Amino acid sequence: MGLNELHAEVVAGVVDRVVNRYRRDPSCMLQILREVQEACDWIPPAAIDRMQELLGVPRTKIEGVAGFYSFIYTEPRGQYRVLFSDNITDRMQGNRAMMERLCNNLWVERGKVSEDGLVSVGKTACTGMSDQGPGMLVNNYAIAGLSEARIDEIAELIRNKVPLAEWPPAYFRIEDNIRRADILLNADFKPGAALLAARARTPSDGLNASNTRSWREGLPSGIGGPAATLDEIKRANLRGRGGAGFTTGLKWEACRNAPLKAGHQRIIVCNADEGEPGTFKDRVLLAKCPDLVFEGMTVAAYAVGATRGFVYLRGEYRYLLDHLNAVLAHRRRENLLGKDICGLPGADFDIEIHVGAGAYVCGEESALIESLEGKRGTPRNRPPFPVTNGYLDQPTVVNNVETFAAAALIALNGGEWYAAIGTKHSAGTKLLSVSGDCARPGIYEYPFGVSIRQVLADCGASDTQAVQVSGPSGICVAAPEFDRIIGFEDIPTAGAFTIFDQSRDMFEVARNYVHFFQHESCGFCTPCRVGTSLLKNLMDKLHYGSGSPYDFAEIEKLNQLLQSMSHCGLGHTACNPVLDTIAKFRPAYEKRMMQQDFTPAFDLDRALSSARQMTGRDDAAAHLTTEHGSKP
Amino acid sequence: MSHTFTLDGKTIPFVDGQTIIQAASAAGVFIPHLCYHPEFKAHGSCKLCTVKVNGRHTASCTMRAAAGMVVESETEEINDERRALTQMLFVEGNHFCPSCEKSGNCQLQATAYHLGMMSPHYDHFFPNRAVDASHPEVLLDFNRCILCSLCVRASRDVDGKNVFGLSGRGIKTHLIVNAKSGQLADTDFSLADKAAQVCPVGVILQKRQGFAVPIGARKFDKAPISETTEER
Repeated sequence: MGLNELHAEVVAGVVDRVVNRYRRDPSCMLQILREVQEACDWIPPAAIDRMQELLGVPRTKIEGVAGFYSFIYTEPRGQYRVLFSDNITDRMQGNRAMMERLCNNLWVERGKVSEDGLVSVGKTACTGMSDQGPGMLVNNYAIAGLSEARIDEIAELIRNKVPLAEWPPAYFRIEDNIRRADILLNADFKPGAALLAARARTPSDGLNASNTRSWREGLPSGIGGPAATLDEIKRANLRGRGGAGFTTGLKWEACRNAPLKAGHQRIIVCNADEGEPGTFKDRVLLAKCPDLVFEGMTVAAYAVGATRGFVYLRGEYRYLLDHLNAVLAHRRRENLLGKDICGLPGADFDIEIHVGAGAYVCGEESALIESLEGKRGTPRNRPPFPVTNGYLDQPTVVNNVETFAAAALIALNGGEWYAAIGTKHSAGTKLLSVSGDCARPGIYEYPFGVSIRQVLADCGASDTQAVQVSGPSGICVAAPEFDRIIGFEDIPTAGAFTIFDQSRDMFEVARNYVHFFQHESCGFCTPCRVGTSLLKNLMDKLHYGSGSPYDFAEIEKLNQLLQSMSHCGLGHTACNPVLDTIAKFRPAYEKRMMQQDFTPAFDLDRALSSARQMTGRDDAAAHLTTEHGSKP
Repeated sequence: MSHTFTLDGKTIPFVDGQTIIQAASAAGVFIPHLCYHPEFKAHGSCKLCTVKVNGRHTASCTMRAAAGMVVESETEEINDERRALTQMLFVEGNHFCPSCEKSGNCQLQATAYHLGMMSPHYDHFFPNRAVDASHPEVLLDFNRCILCSLCVRASRDVDGKNVFGLSGRGIKTHLIVNAKSGQLADTDFSLADKAAQVCPVGVILQKRQGFAVPIGARKFDKAPISETTEER
């Protein structure tokens, strides 16, 4: 009997407790599943039975949601579930060898559960620790800075069945690594200050775009603060920090002006699903200045008339949850959240945190909303857009963590102050998550307009071959372009800044990213679901030495198809790393086209590898020599 | 109120709220599609019905028609892309037309013919998918599932049963049924359900009806899909 086998009554008790705490609300399905799993180590069928009863939803719905998220298990995955972060930076820091080491130590096969049901070891997408990798998650708690010695200690703890709560706290220490601070990270911010400033503002004649009609939902009529605050956001020229760069003021205004159906309310959502490989700035913002972020959300609520807020925190940052909830509780005590905020009658707003469960696509705003509603994270058909029909069909603003932090400062210091920082088209500062081949990885906050060259100099990078800006869905910048600047007018970015020196193989970088997109495709639309798999297979074919110019042409054709036919940004951008590296590092591909003519991807010797593994053989007689140089 | 847009140069009238494919269909113009069905809310997942609206690709089943839109559908570029998507669906599952009971009545097969698909082009995935023969009247052959979700929508929206659902993610997305055992026999599914009638391919098949109509005399044997206005 495995350790994961629990009596049905025990499971039902856990489910009852969790489901009742979530008010038997099926829209909290993902949170319920996550918490049940924290108690049971997986989602046993008995738990689904009970959820079906209590929530009154069909089993297909529960299983459909559970099956979508990488971190929800409908089969036992062990009492200790170890996942190694597998971003390209983790690879560069030697994660593969460490995973092998742990597997050997624990006598467990990668991806499988140990025979005693104690542990499983696998890999996962970037866990947001690229500046201090290699990283891993143990039962969804982050550990960074792995070393061989640490791996051996962890193996020992697992073998001795030491509960995670009793592991040395130093393991779970995550560094902020702030290397350059500017207005956001240097802000000497007193919680509540931005709200008071917003409330004190009166509309000026300068901007008439915002309507000044009376506050329809609750606030005393004739109050000018909300419209005036919206004007400041517009004046600041603030644009979204999640990568797309939509004008924040327009988004807020559209939500503010969206008609409200009976019983509906306006919603503010903070997108903290920072899944882009190589990005970790939202982790640092939430760890270091959560008040600034929450205050920015409250400012947004005040400006648009929202009464309910969510933070969608990526599952990899589960370790931040208790701290963030404590900050929220403190803000409630200080009357900065809850009813009649800052003593203003009718100014009601509160924030709850939902934790994701390993699905990059949920960073797309409509998929995020689906996930918040307790569904599979499939991007919606648009229009309508979230500003009019968002969370449970209500007008919803979704902004990035950094956008809200900036909004708080704008409410405090005014739009003109903010607009004067950065460049003409890109106001303010940008947090960069710098990692890869450099001496000082970490967070760098710059006014927009900084050149790639400057960042490279500041972080101590040398002999740089390329920088992947904004992660796999961003752009790959080669040495001749290092004078280009970070900004919406040149290189927009959500924040990742991954550096590769001359020793790196840019083909392998692109292949890692292609694998990432294949794993993270939601599977909704044909081109992305099948196309990312085909692309992965072709990149692997090149990797294994069976590639020919034919395959290269196929890759280019697939990329075009993904770009034109995909449902959402994931599919549209899944080809970016390949297209960019083909354009800029073509020799890395040409080196891989080892065949003149089409050669099948199937390789008999490689196909025998599982037989070799089973028999424990790797001698010459266990290999075939093939005509086209696939290496044993 | 009535307006018009142009589709490949032809003027198409529409009423407010109609999608491009609805208006085109009403005007007798065929746009290839698999997950779209006139009786159900559009899903927009197969992307076969993609057209170019004012130069931009978009699914015609979810895009509302607007006055003055310039829509392109039957162009070489778009049909090449549609053919590639069809090929993707063929290699993703296990489709062996000659031995399939749905051959001749299958929308995927008929669409492939319509688009002039001469080969699957891509390497087959040959996924390992089970067959569910538990139900007394109906066989489920998941090998042919193209994840159009029509059975999901029919069971949920028409039958009020939720017999079907999608689980998994990405290339591992798959159809599930509403039973702890995972078996259709343990659901309240019935042959009389709408969900039993909507599968565009050969997943949901009535038992003991094999080849009642001989191949050669089936729906798409008689007329190509582009001339078959009724859905199935």
